[in-house]
Amino acid sequence: MKKTMYEKIWDAHLVHEEAGSAPLLYIDRHLMHEVTSPQAFEGMLQAGRKIRNPQSILATMDHCVPTKNRNLPIADPIARKQIETMADNCATNELKLYDMENPDNGVIHIVVPEHGFVQPGMTVVCGDSHTATHGAFAALAFGIGTSEVEHVMATQTLPQKKSKTMKVEVNGELSRFCTAKDIALAIIGKIGTAGGTGYVIEFGGKAIKDLSMEGRMTLCNMAIEAGARAGMVAPDEKTFAYLKGLEYAPSGKDWQPALAYWQSIVSDEGVEFDSTIIMDAKDIAPQVTWGTSPEQVTSVDSVVPSPDSFDNAIQNQACEQALNYMDLQSGTKITDINIDYVFLGSCTNGRIEDFRAAAEVVKGTKVHEKVTAIAVPGSYRVKKQAEEEGLDQIFKNAGWEWRDPGCSMCLAMNDDQLSEGQRCASTSNRNFEGRQGKGGRTHLVSPAMAAAAAAEGHFVDIRKSLT
Amino acid sequence: MEAYKNHTSVAALLNRSNVDTDQIIPKQFLKKVERSGFGVHLFHDWRYNEDGSDNMDFELNNPAFKDARILLAGDNFGCGSSREHAPWAIEDAGFNTIISSSYADIFFNNCFKNGILAIAVSDDELKSLMAEIAADEGVKFTVDLEKQSITTAAGTVVNFEIDPFRKNNLLKGLDDIGITLNFIDQIDAFEARQKQQLPWLWHTV
Repeated sequence: MKKTMYEKIWDAHLVHEEAGSAPLLYIDRHLMHEVTSPQAFEGMLQAGRKIRNPQSILATMDHCVPTKNRNLPIADPIARKQIETMADNCATNELKLYDMENPDNGVIHIVVPEHGFVQPGMTVVCGDSHTATHGAFAALAFGIGTSEVEHVMATQTLPQKKSKTMKVEVNGELSRFCTAKDIALAIIGKIGTAGGTGYVIEFGGKAIKDLSMEGRMTLCNMAIEAGARAGMVAPDEKTFAYLKGLEYAPSGKDWQPALAYWQSIVSDEGVEFDSTIIMDAKDIAPQVTWGTSPEQVTSVDSVVPSPDSFDNAIQNQACEQALNYMDLQSGTKITDINIDYVFLGSCTNGRIEDFRAAAEVVKGTKVHEKVTAIAVPGSYRVKKQAEEEGLDQIFKNAGWEWRDPGCSMCLAMNDDQLSEGQRCASTSNRNFEGRQGKGGRTHLVSPAMAAAAAAEGHFVDIRKSLT
Repeated sequence: MEAYKNHTSVAALLNRSNVDTDQIIPKQFLKKVERSGFGVHLFHDWRYNEDGSDNMDFELNNPAFKDARILLAGDNFGCGSSREHAPWAIEDAGFNTIISSSYADIFFNNCFKNGILAIAVSDDELKSLMAEIAADEGVKFTVDLEKQSITTAAGTVVNFEIDPFRKNNLLKGLDDIGITLNFIDQIDAFEARQKQQLPWLWHTV
């Protein structure tokens, strides 16, 4: 029987299956950060349980770490305690941790690929919904809750329900200045934030194959915003080249058998998916969200929609609520929306390629007088690489702040927050109410779009202004 | 985990769709390292005014819903962040049952790990249940997990589907980890096989 990549990985990790109970799936890699793990460690301790395979775990500190003045103690005592608890838990259990001072520290979903810790065909979990990122390496990677974090620590398995399969095929070529972020937002705009619920998505087609590994990570990262359990891209020469030589990647006599295995997990030719979506990359323009859900998105050359433009009563009401929160009028041109803040970073767009793309636009400009712009590399490695390429100087010369790595304003758990009513062009993944600070208004965009908005003080169609 | 018992309770109405976990429990409350005490922060940004007083425009601050154990909400409930603090807050605030037409995946799983029964009904059923609450705020519903039914005060009966594994665990208050550890021999065997077939997976740190 023909199988999809997801089904092959599922079958290869099935530990036990019997009628009346959920199938038990083996978990190869477990990623951790400070916010969703402390209660799991506590539960383990209370039950007198030991971590089954400490070597399967890689941990970092990212969600509530400051992105400036890192030499000073964290001012917020509760955040400080969470950071200390993480350090203690990792030390007690002998887990690999990239703590705040470590040159390999950064956002978990940026750091893990930098070290080759996730490889094709693996099952990967983390107490974080953006674990989907690692599907870019053809791993089955998904977010879990804290009880499940504890479950994986204790048993190296999870009871799982098998997902349905969806193929999202993006054919053709992206036009200049359109990116993986725009593909992701366009897909979510088309299928909605619940469109992928119950599915694992496999992204394919020429436009996906053409993406760099960084771009594929951006795309898979946002699969969760479409409601999917996971997003994946088939492994190819780019995947193998990226992994080769990395710290945790197979080496020596392991490389050839690993490569052969990776090549064997791709979906069988002609296999049927439960659902298929086909799009053409040439129809995808730079995207800007206008509402409080990632599905409330449109092209930069369009206007803010009116509630009546939705057939469905629920979407109609959601539009009205969103316009109210966002303080936007129907019919306003996207390019007429003024912004106060720009955030470049996050597990979605905090990789070197993102900083290069933004720097290309930033070069020779100045941040608009009414705008604050912060550049937050996804990891110290990204920061160092950018500095070696002189990108930091480009940002600083233009008036951007150049920060240390962390989740920062993607979820604003540290001091990087919007004030009430401020409007932000953000390269992150969620535009929910209050996500970047209470009363803050978020517009999701690509790095180049964010960079252009920083200079002009409003959104611009970079295809027109920069060609 | 406490076993789930059949009950008759006030059903509260939150008629909004795509309620995300950032709204259920805003990030400023995620820094605690304990599991308890999140209930007071449930829906914080909607629920409280700037000065900390109750925002009486927020649906769930309706005094008629004060002792509610059942929460009805619009579709795609619990989308966004994986934070289990969301079901912890819901449970700590006194709810043990949620009724909606659909849930986000991770949130749905998290509910059952915390003794919360998340019931998915059809759009039409949800609409009709919501209408009964809107017409008589403070009305009680009876939830019978064994029979998989919701019965309203007006006598409407809505049957629901639930995964038998989840149902059994809820009814018995079983700990998932304990159940899985019954299969320790199978896990050992799996690992032995994987070490042989895909050895590079084990050449890690």
